[in-house]
Amino acid sequence: MESGFGSDFGSTGGAGGKLDAGLIMEQVKVQIAVANAQELLQRMTDKCFRKCIGKPGGSLDNSEQKCIAMCMDRYMDAWNTVSRAYNSRLQRERANM
Amino acid sequence: MEAPGAAGLGVADPQLQRFIEVETQKQRFQQLVHQMTELCWEKCMDKPGPKLDSRAETCFVNCVERFIDTSQFILNRLEQTQKSKSAFSESLSD
Repeated sequence: MESGFGSDFGSTGGAGGKLDAGLIMEQVKVQIAVANAQELLQRMTDKCFRKCIGKPGGSLDNSEQKCIAMCMDRYMDAWNTVSRAYNSRLQRERANM
Repeated sequence: MEAPGAAGLGVADPQLQRFIEVETQKQRFQQLVHQMTELCWEKCMDKPGPKLDSRAETCFVNCVERFIDTSQFILNRLEQTQKSKSAFSESLSD
């Protein structure tokens, strides 16, 4: 991921104080994308920890690591399936209005 | 038409207004996908395997549909009970 997000907004215009709407919109979109990625990661970590880690040992053993890796991929599959299904439902609802 | 938050900018930029509306809508969608994925994972996923089998995939799709149905059901019934009873607090004692 590129650096710069989360830091300052960059130049907000010259002496006139005019705000560059286009720049702000791009920055906001990046911030939103980052927030969504963080949310996804947080929930994925929660779910995969629950599925894959029994009694916590002194380190993650091979089977646990393998489980987490598979779990991550399945969680992404699930997320995409849900996203598609929700989108279809919304379109169907709109068509019925 | 003035945007409430635009007073500080001194002008209501319709382009920004539109942008906010669109992004807000997109975020509502994203949030619900996050929420439903989490809920449906509990209902549909046993042990994570090498791929999402068709049974699990069907479960996820059904789960989304039923979640939306549940949400609509609740809204509709709430509307009905508010119409038939004078106060909302009465219907809570059902």
